[in-house]
Amino acid sequence: MKVLLCISHVPDTTSRIRFTDNDTAFDKTDIQYIIGPHEELALTRLLEVKEQIGDLNITVLNVGTAETEPTIRKALAVGADDAIRVDAEPTDALFVAKQIAEVFKNGDFDFIVTGKETIDFNGAQVGEMVAELLDLPSISSTSHFEIKDGKALLEREIDGGKEEIEVDFPFVSTAGKGFAIEPRIPSMRGIMQARRKPLKVVQPVEQAAKTKVNKFYLPEPKGACKMVDAENVEELIRLLHEEAKVL
Amino acid sequence: MSVLVYTENWDGKFKKSTYELLSYASEIAKMANTEVSALTIGEVAEDELKTLGTYGASKVLVLKDEKLKDFIAKSYSSAISQVAKKEDAKIVVFANSVSGRALAARTAVQLDAGFAPGVMQLPSSLEPFVVRKKAYSGKAFADYELMADVKVLSLTQNSFELIENAKDIAIEETSVEIHDEDLRAKPKNVEKQTGKLLITEAEILVSAGRGLKGPENWGMIEEMAEILGAATCCSRPVADLGWRPHEEHVGQTGKVVAPNLYFAIGISGAIQHLAGVNGSKVMVAINTDPEAPFFEAADYGIVGDAFKVVPALNEALKKFKAGQ
Repeated sequence: MKVLLCISHVPDTTSRIRFTDNDTAFDKTDIQYIIGPHEELALTRLLEVKEQIGDLNITVLNVGTAETEPTIRKALAVGADDAIRVDAEPTDALFVAKQIAEVFKNGDFDFIVTGKETIDFNGAQVGEMVAELLDLPSISSTSHFEIKDGKALLEREIDGGKEEIEVDFPFVSTAGKGFAIEPRIPSMRGIMQARRKPLKVVQPVEQAAKTKVNKFYLPEPKGACKMVDAENVEELIRLLHEEAKVL
Repeated sequence: MSVLVYTENWDGKFKKSTYELLSYASEIAKMANTEVSALTIGEVAEDELKTLGTYGASKVLVLKDEKLKDFIAKSYSSAISQVAKKEDAKIVVFANSVSGRALAARTAVQLDAGFAPGVMQLPSSLEPFVVRKKAYSGKAFADYELMADVKVLSLTQNSFELIENAKDIAIEETSVEIHDEDLRAKPKNVEKQTGKLLITEAEILVSAGRGLKGPENWGMIEEMAEILGAATCCSRPVADLGWRPHEEHVGQTGKVVAPNLYFAIGISGAIQHLAGVNGSKVMVAINTDPEAPFFEAADYGIVGDAFKVVPALNEALKKFKAGQ
């Protein structure tokens, strides 16, 4: 069985965010990049499933320029089997979705996993767009994933509860909270092996952008935290009521 | 052209978030000099449908189809897209809930539209269509331009105020064609609490962290939530330790929330946690450690022992509520 795991290459969560070119582009200076946290959990779970069922080849896919390769290699070091990079600077979510759909069509994958959202654009849309482009069922914000007797059994979060779903292959699952608990980190042996694992570079297909970012803004600097004495909780209530007007 | 709003119902009832959506859509409709149509799927009583008119819908389209009994992103988005085309809707608005986001992304593909997910305010202009959204997990904002003829938006819950704008509402039944292959990924089993206040919809959240030392100490947190009509939630370590259910985890990999008021009790304020809550309008931190990073993000803070501060606060809140 073969899975296509789509990973994002995103600034580390602790990065200080800055912009450049008149606030139209992200400033990459001194930024550490990581695999998106949802995809890191997805990879972890897929490796667990692979250990259970034996037959599961994990291909990681990233749509990005050569600078994303260290992130792809990290996924290989954690345990993915091989990788594909679509050599392009992504323009928008639909562009990325289109590339993923194309790679899926050109391969013999049984299903696709993405993270539920990237931590840079926070769109939470690529997985669903891929499913729509390929006319596949989708399970968004998947909170549990297993393959048993050749069937995929998933749970997904819904507003106010959860659903259990049994779905035929192929499908798209976007990994959310609960997919795995603690992400795996690469071992020394994994890092050595990753260097020799295949990483195929393919050319993008055309897709005109439907959206663009005109300008980025940083939030207004926040005023200092107003401290209230622990013995005087009435003062906190007064401030929340009269000043902040939220009580 | 018109503005179409997908108004989800919960066993035939709408929620406050539905009316936020309509308020938002009708402000856009005013800018575009057009009308708002609402679309709802399933059985909803006429009186309930009429409430949509209070917040600016001039028409509600009701879709009843046996094939749409279960929520499936593929079949629902297909239905919504068909209605959008029939209505010649150029702007389609969804809630940015788990289901709304999935529908919006699929609908955008079907309508060849530009999609702005998780918007929090009105577009700054319609031509070009520019709307602001959060980026970098709340550490920045971006002005998004949607360049396609049709625009799809999903509105962050709790980010837009209710605006009454009463309209004489017309109720019409509509129909669509649903193919059986759109019904794959049908849920086998659904557990849903319809009566419970959702973390993503609550106006006030009472959140607690490892500082509470153990699950047995959550009584005072639940009491505070009850006094305030709030929902309870927690930090990631608390959910991972099994002290609280995973559904309560707010933060980067948990739920992303934007309440009016967020209480962080015994939560140090790791950046991953803040990424999920920095959309809150007002944040209060209660922590024994004066150096806790949450005090840098919070609007109000108390340095003190939660086991003393929270019970005192609960008593004072009860008095405050009784006096209101």
